[in-house]
Amino acid sequence: MSNDTVIEAKDLDLVFETNDGPVEALRNVSLTINKGDFVSFIGPSGCGKTTFLRVMAALEQPTGGQITVNGVSPEEARKSRAYGYVFQAAGLYPWRTIAGNIKLPLEIMGFSRQEQQERVNSVLQLVDLDGFGGKYPWQLSGGMQQRASIARALAFDADILLMDEPFGALDEIVRDHLNEQLLHLWARTQKTIGFVTHSIPEAVYLSTKIVVMSPRPGRITDIIESPLPKERPLEIRDSAEFIEVAHRVREGLRAGHVED
Amino acid sequence: MRVIVPVLTVLAVIVALWYAACIPMNIKGVLTEAERAGAEVNPPGAKDRRDLGAFGLVLGNSFAIPATWEQDRPRLPAPHQVAEELWNTTVMKKITSKRSLVYHGWVTLSATLLGFAIGTGLGILLAVGIVYSRVMDMSVMPWAIVSQTIPIIALAPMIIVVLYSIGVQGIIPKAVISAYLSFFPVVVGMVKGLRSPDAMQLDLLRTYYASPAQGFWKLRLPSSMPYLFTSLKIGIAASLVGAIVGELPTGAVAGLGARLLAGSYYGQTVQIWSALFAAAILAATLVAILSVIEQRVLKRMGMA
Repeated sequence: MSNDTVIEAKDLDLVFETNDGPVEALRNVSLTINKGDFVSFIGPSGCGKTTFLRVMAALEQPTGGQITVNGVSPEEARKSRAYGYVFQAAGLYPWRTIAGNIKLPLEIMGFSRQEQQERVNSVLQLVDLDGFGGKYPWQLSGGMQQRASIARALAFDADILLMDEPFGALDEIVRDHLNEQLLHLWARTQKTIGFVTHSIPEAVYLSTKIVVMSPRPGRITDIIESPLPKERPLEIRDSAEFIEVAHRVREGLRAGHVED
Repeated sequence: MRVIVPVLTVLAVIVALWYAACIPMNIKGVLTEAERAGAEVNPPGAKDRRDLGAFGLVLGNSFAIPATWEQDRPRLPAPHQVAEELWNTTVMKKITSKRSLVYHGWVTLSATLLGFAIGTGLGILLAVGIVYSRVMDMSVMPWAIVSQTIPIIALAPMIIVVLYSIGVQGIIPKAVISAYLSFFPVVVGMVKGLRSPDAMQLDLLRTYYASPAQGFWKLRLPSSMPYLFTSLKIGIAASLVGAIVGELPTGAVAGLGARLLAGSYYGQTVQIWSALFAAAILAATLVAILSVIEQRVLKRMGMA
């Protein structure tokens, strides 16, 4: 394991016991994520991409194999608050203002009042929500709410950002805009990002590494190191390289499906 | 306007039915009094009228109909008689008078509020226990449900006797009965409310490595507010019933329950009905106050 390795999974298995018998959510999953990587997990529903992300976050326990986050177990990493997690829904508390929502993790982690305020101001700026701190969630659009929830995950300055289909519920135009902003944010903060999606263009546009997964059992079928440059205007999606990568992702997804 | 018209229509129908019901209910008494006063009644003699149907009597003695709304001690008092009694015993009486409904209402209200406070506190504590402890979840809930299947009218005298034997009397026994009735809706509502945050919200707190106490204060308790207020509105009405029931078996001299009981001892139906209406108005007022607080709080919390 090199110094740059942030997440290392080896031969992970995860079997859920359900009423209809055991379900293999993950089988034999191995992956290394390095510092500063932007890794997308893509695949049809049931392929275990969300489960894999939840294992990294210690929200699920693998039934076999090893995984380390920052060199320790995911549980330890959670205790040391190593990552921020963004869910599909913004999940802001309606009784708190945007600033109050961003303060939630800071209060729980015991930051001083002054530091809370400073951090709220800086992350609001990062997600382009300057001046919205005093507003309540219902006063904001869906895209703005999701940005606020990203700000909440960034507030305590964890090195890793885990995002589970954060823009899945938003329309295409808002989504493009947020993707662009997310890349800017990633460039500025140098964070390591794990990003679950089922949109091929989104995965290709954002990632340095694309992990293609397929279902029953959930497994990795392809890992693609993106040849695209770090600087990515939206127009890059019309370039030959982009289309080539997208094609390879689609092939990977199709290969997973044929075995069905 | 859209609310007022239907409400007034229903009210008018009820009042009309009520006046109509007074006629057959009171006709026999009215005819007896009229005969004593020398009027010609058909058929004459209370004994002969005893087995006749009320409607037949009304048809044969239509002159007596207005008097059915003006009796001193009617079986069923007319709406205006109850209203008059309510007016006389609230606005026209000094509130220190033993005949003032305001005085009696306050006696009952104080027990209601104390019982409500005890019941709500107890209910919330039990709900927290049930949500956070599996043992309490399995053991307390069935007993809470069983407790509500025992008729309070059977239990109330025993509570009062037992408490009296250990030297507790006055407002406390009534409040205990109120609390007994009001804790239950609070338990049920708060258990549901404290469990209302979805899996995603709970996972979010897990990613922060939040303690259970932080989860309670920052997420579960605020999320439960809409459920709490619904429960409180049911609970306060139940509390009032409890306080009134608590006054019935003790021979209490003060309180709306005591007025009901005294009214029935002495055949003072007007007094019974006015005490009933006072209780209903009190309950409606309490629930309305809670509704206003609910609206304000939930609006402030962005949950209305």
